[in-house]
Amino acid sequence: MTLVAPVPVQVVDRRSARAFVDAHVVPYADAYDRIGRVPEDLLRHVAAAGLWAPFLPPESGGAGMDLVTLGEVHEEVGRGCSSLRSLLTVHTMVAWTVQRWGTPEQRARWAPGLAAGTTLGAFCLSEPGAGSDTSAIATTAVEGGGGWVLDGVKKWTTGGQRADLFLVFARTAASIGAFLVPRSAPGVRVTPIEDMLGTRASMLAEISFDGVVLGPDALLGPSSGFTAGMVLTGTLDLGRYSVAAGSVGIVQACLEASAAYAACRRVGGRPLAELPLIQAKLSDMVTDARAARLLLAEAGRLKDAGDAGTIMATWIAKYFASTAAVRHAAEAVQIHGANGCSPDYPVARFYRDAKVMEIIEGSNEIQRITIAGQAERETTR
Amino acid sequence: MSHPTAQEQILDFVRGRYPQAEIDAAQDIFALGFVNSLFAMELVMHVEKTFGVTIPNEELRIDNFRTATAMAGLVARLSPTVAAA
Ligand SMILES: Cc1cc2nc3c(=O)[nH]c(=O)nc-3n(C[C@H](O)[C@H](O)[C@H](O)COP(=O)(O)OP(=O)(O)OC[C@H]3O[C@@H](n4cnc5c(N)ncnc54)[C@H](O)[C@@H]3O)c2cc1C
Repeated sequence: MTLVAPVPVQVVDRRSARAFVDAHVVPYADAYDRIGRVPEDLLRHVAAAGLWAPFLPPESGGAGMDLVTLGEVHEEVGRGCSSLRSLLTVHTMVAWTVQRWGTPEQRARWAPGLAAGTTLGAFCLSEPGAGSDTSAIATTAVEGGGGWVLDGVKKWTTGGQRADLFLVFARTAASIGAFLVPRSAPGVRVTPIEDMLGTRASMLAEISFDGVVLGPDALLGPSSGFTAGMVLTGTLDLGRYSVAAGSVGIVQACLEASAAYAACRRVGGRPLAELPLIQAKLSDMVTDARAARLLLAEAGRLKDAGDAGTIMATWIAKYFASTAAVRHAAEAVQIHGANGCSPDYPVARFYRDAKVMEIIEGSNEIQRITIAGQAERETTR
Repeated sequence: MSHPTAQEQILDFVRGRYPQAEIDAAQDIFALGFVNSLFAMELVMHVEKTFGVTIPNEELRIDNFRTATAMAGLVARLSPTVAAA
């Protein structure tokens, strides 16, 4: 079975992203979901299209893409395949963090490979005993011998099976530090996690670090508690932005699949699309897709402007888009009836993938707590 | 009309985020207990955008951000023209 089409196009905007995704991703995404991985051919096509880290500046090997456009591109990828979008998300987080916090030497060492996709990045924060509560992480980085020694276990690492470079958050004497750890470092062990509910092709892994010796240049940003929190906040902010974009893509995919199905499927001699109850579902998909897209664009615009308001705008966009994705994926399955529960249509995949969006990069509950905290502050002004 | 000083602008931002707290320029905002990493990030972004400066890694120390006065001092070091305004 061929799993990818040849000849990728360069992705520079939403239009070219859509063309790339329609040619290289949409026809094969169900197969990736079934085999539980994104094949190497597609990873190479993503690289050839310049999709891995186009937001990096040209001197780092990127195209200097603005973040509004990056959001549009990730939406398009998410429309086709949430697993591939997840791989892009964590890679984006690593590449951005190197660019934002790296020294010139760290940038020179890692950014070109991250931009070209010859070095794939993954993000290691969660552990068996620490998810939402990041302060509970138990992985340690102990300073000594002019560098660091890393010990601990990270879980649910998207792309971990395939990544070359891990961005690992670990406890230091002072606070929490962000470390760049090559997969090839002695003491790094990768154990695949298979058979997840959704984003099944995103090649999750548990990564253990057993006395991994790192140089002083493994640490990103200064090791004060103040900035460690910021490295993490900034990294998660961009991840959240990408997941929000991917969630908009899921809503759009649900809409396109449902509208096409409703136009063809006939009941009582009429297409489903003429039934008011079905029309209500489709109109809600149209409305929420647009609303979520606007929230995302606003968050992106604030990022491009360097405006601090982007962090809350991104929380809100991700909350709205991920919950909309779950709602509309459920309705998309409903519109497809038994076919929606079958492997013959993509909506069952959308349904499973959408649920993941409510858990990653800040679960729904954490989002609500954060957004409500802002509301409380604003109303007491 | 005179332009607000860097210190006043920073103080406005902090007060806007935490209107329930009484904050003056010498107040250690970290000692108030409400500063989390999200706000720290917002603070850094706000200072960078408002004053058109890039804060280098070595200046990202908590002491530079404890008070509006300290932040204004940081801005002054990074961008002498802003400080003079
Ligand atoms: C497919 C997938 C991919 C992932 N990829 C990565 C990755 O690449 N890197 C990485 O580091 N992690 C990754 N994760 C992990 C993800 O970040 C965590 O699952 C998430 O942070 C939630 O943590 P948890 O699963 O430990 O749930 P817990 O933190 O144990 O929470 C359990 C439930 O309690 C709720 N809850 C928690 N705290 C509160 C509170 N204060 N108030 C109310 N409710 C609360 C949560 O919302 C959740 O519903 C991935 C997870 C999945 C499913």
